[in-house]
Parts: sequence; structure tokens; C-alpha cells
Amino acid sequence: MAGFFHDNLSYFLSGISVGGQYALIAIGYTMVYGILRLINFAHGDVFMIAGLVMVYLSASLPFTLSIPLVIIATVLLGFVIERVAYRPLRSAPRMSVMISAIGVSYLLQNAALYFTGGLAKVYPSIPGLSDTVVIWDATTKIVTLVTPFLTIALVAVLTLLIKHTKIGMAMRAVSRDFETSQLMGIRINSVISITFVIGSLLAAVASLLYFTNYASVTPVSGSMPGLKAFVAAVFGGIGSIPGAVIGGFIIGICENIIRGGASIFGIPGTGWTTFSDAFTFAFLIVILVVKPTGLFGEKAVDKV
Amino acid sequence: MDSAYRKRLIAIWIGIAAVYLAVLLLDMTLRPTSMLLTVLKKGAIYSLVAVSMNLLNGFTGLFSLGQAGFMLIGAYTYAILTMPGDVKTSESVYKYYECFITFDTGVFIGLVAAGLMAALFAFLIGWPVLRLKSDYLAIATLGFAEIIRAIFQWDVLGPVTNGANLLRSYIDLTRVTLPFTDIPFPPTLFVFMVSGICILIIVLLINSSYGRAFKAIRDDETAAEAMGINLFRSKELSFVISSFFAGISGALLAMFQYTVQAQQFKSMMTYEILLIVVIGGIGSISGSCIASFLYITLSEWWLRGLDMGTFLGISAPSLFRSGFRKLVFSVIIMVIVLFFSRGIMGDKELSIPRMRAAFARAAKRMRKEAAG
Repeated sequence: MAGFFHDNLSYFLSGISVGGQYALIAIGYTMVYGILRLINFAHGDVFMIAGLVMVYLSASLPFTLSIPLVIIATVLLGFVIERVAYRPLRSAPRMSVMISAIGVSYLLQNAALYFTGGLAKVYPSIPGLSDTVVIWDATTKIVTLVTPFLTIALVAVLTLLIKHTKIGMAMRAVSRDFETSQLMGIRINSVISITFVIGSLLAAVASLLYFTNYASVTPVSGSMPGLKAFVAAVFGGIGSIPGAVIGGFIIGICENIIRGGASIFGIPGTGWTTFSDAFTFAFLIVILVVKPTGLFGEKAVDKV
Repeated sequence: MDSAYRKRLIAIWIGIAAVYLAVLLLDMTLRPTSMLLTVLKKGAIYSLVAVSMNLLNGFTGLFSLGQAGFMLIGAYTYAILTMPGDVKTSESVYKYYECFITFDTGVFIGLVAAGLMAALFAFLIGWPVLRLKSDYLAIATLGFAEIIRAIFQWDVLGPVTNGANLLRSYIDLTRVTLPFTDIPFPPTLFVFMVSGICILIIVLLINSSYGRAFKAIRDDETAAEAMGINLFRSKELSFVISSFFAGISGALLAMFQYTVQAQQFKSMMTYEILLIVVIGGIGSISGSCIASFLYITLSEWWLRGLDMGTFLGISAPSLFRSGFRKLVFSVIIMVIVLFFSRGIMGDKELSIPRMRAAFARAAKRMRKEAAG
């Protein structure tokens, strides 16, 4: 048993690390869905843009400046997207808002394609995060070890914010009942803006961690992690933050176990990587069919 | 059937015949590589897939994002079936695998099989997925499209799908012949005929009692169920039919491109088709067709200059470089989504009386402006 863990440790480690990054992105999805009932298709691309901004900023600025600037830029982007693309459609049917989200995703990817010229940009190695360490004979980067702790710390702060502050209370109220909370004097628009700000901030942090591991950013590198994080959010029960975190970790770990299928299950083959992507979606469909409310989701009552 | 209606019907058929005759003439006179013909072909293919998506999203109210997956199934089925047997057994295409299917079929069987295969997958996928509501359905179908793409690239299926490598040497548009002869079929006309027949079938379906059931479901599920419509069966029917035609359009796309590879059918492709449907107007068949031709013409032809350095005589190579076209395009799309969410046609169809009324209104407005 110990030998088995020893041989495949690198898969488990990267599973936990990627899982933490998915968890951070998934929070953005789950909060927005909880409040607006909108799958923010552009969220994965915001994450990708954060990676690209880092590439461009770090070329001329030291990390002490570029990292905060990346976070600020991403937060601004999330704020502007909500303001321009979602707010005008607040009273429109849900489908139009989703189409608008798909449009924003298309726009961000094409913008990235234009500015990068379609080339993969090399992500800067952040000192301290991208140094390699050897744990029990498995070589990995420091970021792998940092990610789970950072994720849990951020989630703890976020939970405190939502449970014990006025704005957190407003968020819970809005996600419970949009119209009534408006009548109670909650400024819906500012609550929604803050939700997007928090989601984008976490996406920026996730992009710092994720791309340090993967070393290059392309215009489409946000779409897969984005979709997977969404699956994590659904698995945990959409609207629930602890659910999103647990979902993120489970998806990340399962995916890497399948990726290492050749050595973990002892079945040779090169298709395992492709299959790890397919697994996530198969998993999603199973959850949606078996338990659509996810692990911690609230039961929705359909009224006629 | 009153005479005004009959007259209008005759006018429509004459109009359609004129379009086909024009296409045939263009096919005969222009060089096969001319931009106009390319745009016409691709536009017709996209019209078909956009209309098939509109059947789901616009007429049945099922927000599905699986179109690229079904196109992939259609494209692969067609390519594998129509590739000549001796090509399959030689090493020119199946380099790393021993091809499992050694027979080959004609174009017609290939196209029908492409549709049927996509429909079969849709039938199986529909069982679990169609019980879901709006955005969950969207994400589940998107997920299925990704799974299909992964399966087709899986190396265990290599003997059938050639793994992640591309397929070619099947019967493409230039190799289609008139039945029982060796005379080449005019390629653009072929695409127009296949798309046209498929779209006609969809139009007939929408105007039948099935179509009315679909629209009832779109407008109010609970009310439709109370009226005795079997929700699940109608949704499944709409999903299967839409996928059938998406499969055929995938096969046409494969014919048009000469090569086909699973990698191409990403979710981005579904998004593009969805945006075409939105531009045309959700719930309008003619809108989807107009939007497809407009989209393809703009992106392949008229806005080309934005990528090449010069546009409308303005030369700015540093601004107009590769990718600018798509950027401009996505901004236009966002403007349409935000400010003209009804698209070109809304949920109306193109018709002669309506066009005449619109012209009359415009003329009246102009007269008023001239007077006042």
C-alpha cells in the first residue's frame, strides 16, 4: 500500500493542488449562480485573462507590483463585465443573459487571440512558488503545497464575511429571494457587483497558482478549467460555498487519478488524459440525474 | 385553400427555383475556388445547422449546447463510410491502426447514416439529459459534446476513428457525381439541395401537429402537459430530429473541408452557431438562414481585410493584424445581444406581404420627412 502511494504520489499531489485551484474558480460560479441564477460562462475566460495580464505585466514590473496589479485588473474586469453585459438584461429572460455570457466568453477569447497572436505565452516563474521541492521522491513545485492551504484560508475568510458582515447578510438574502430583498431596501445592484468582485478576485488568485503549475497561457486555456470548476460547483450544490470547495477538490483528485490511469490502474494506454476530461462531464451528468441539488444544495420547489 | 394563399405559395416556389437556378449558373460559370462559391457553400451548411439548433432552442425551448458534438458524429460517420475500401486498407490514412471497417458506401447512404448516427446518440443522451431544466440542460449537453469529442479521439477506437489523426480521401464535394453517371455534380448546387431539402422538412415539421406541440412546450410546459402533450416524448423527438440534421450538416462540412478532425468540433463552434441563431432571431427559420449567410460572408470574405492589413482602403498593418476580424465580430455580436436581442427577424418569418408593408412604412416615413 505504501509502495503504491509512493509510486503515484505525484498524481495525488497534483490532484490536490489542481483541486484547490478549481475550488477557487468554482466559488465564483456558485456565488453568481446563487444570486443571479446565471451560469457565468465568461468566468473561465476572466481567469485566463488574469493569466495573460500577469504575463504582460511581469515582463516590465517586479512581482511585488505585478501580482497586486493583476488582482486589481481582474477584479475590474469582472466588475465591468457585470455592469456592461449582465446589468442591462436584468429584467430580460434568463436565456438572454446566458447568451450574453456566452457572447462575453467569445469576446474575451477573441480579444486574447488578437493580443497574443494565437501563441502560447510563457508564464513567469514566481520566486517562492515555482521552486521545485522533493517530497518522498516525488518532484513537485512549492505551489502544489501552498495551494490547498491558501484555498482553505481564503474560504475561511469568505465564510466569515458571508456569515458575520452586513454585506454577507445582504448576499444571503438576495440569493434566497431576489424581489423580496429588494423590497426590504437591499441595494441589489451593489450586492451583485460585490459578488462579481469577490468571484474575480478568487479567480485571479487561482490563475496565479494554476498557471505557475502549467507554465503557459493560451486564449483557450480558461475554458476547460472553467467548465470543470462549474461541474465542481454543481457537485457541491450550486449556491453553497463549502460545497464548491469540496467539489473542486474531489474533481481535481479524481481527474488526476484517471490521468495517471496507466500506472494507478495498471492498464496501459495513451487515452487516459483525454478521458480525464470526459470523466468530469460524465460525472456532471450522473450528478444532475441522480442528485440535481448536489451535496449541500437546497432543495428547489417547483411552483406552478 | 383560397386563391391569395395559393398565389403566394406559387410565388414562394418560383422564388426558390430562381435561387437554385442562380446557384447552378454561378456553379457553371465561376471558378470553383471563387470566394462567392465558398461563401455560398459554407453559408448553406451553417444555415442547416443553425436551423436545426433553432428547432431546439427557438421552437421547443430546450436550451441545448450539444450541436458541435452531433456535427462531429455526422462528419466522422460520413467520412468513415464513404472512404474507399482500398484507401482504408492501405496506409495512407490509417497509418497507426488497422482499419476495422473495410467496405465503403455512396454519398447518399453516407449522408443518411451520418444523420441516423447522430440521431441515435441523441436518443441515448436524451434519456438522462432531457429531464433537466434550462441552464442545467445547457451545461449537460455541452458536457456530452465534450465527451463525444474525447471518445472519438480515444486510441482504443483508433481502428474505426483513426484516433486523434485526421480523416481524408473520402468522397468530398468535388467527387460527387450525378447518380449512375460519371458527370460531376455541381458542388454548390449539391450543398444547396441537401440543405434545402433538410430545412424544408424542418419547416414542414414545425407547421405540423408535432411542431405545435413543441411550441406549446416552449411557451408553457405545465400548460402543455395539462393539454395532454407527452412532455418527455415531444422533447426527445425534437432533440433527435435536431441532432439528425446537425449530423447531416456535419457530413456536409466534412465534404466541404476535404479533411476532418475531432479537435475542430469544440464548444466554441456551438457558441458560434448559437450566436448565428441569436443574430437571426430565436424562433425564425428564415432569420437563421439569413444570419448564416451574413455571418459567413462577413467573416470569410468582407471583413477579411481586417486580418490582412488593409480594410476599406485604410492600411494599418499594426492594428489590422491576424485575429482583429474576430475581435470586431465579437463586439458586433455583443451589441446585437445587448441592444437588438430580437435579432434580424425576431420570431417572424420572411414573407412578401410583410416586406411590402415594411417598404410602405419606410416610404411613408420618408414622405413625411420630406414634407415636414
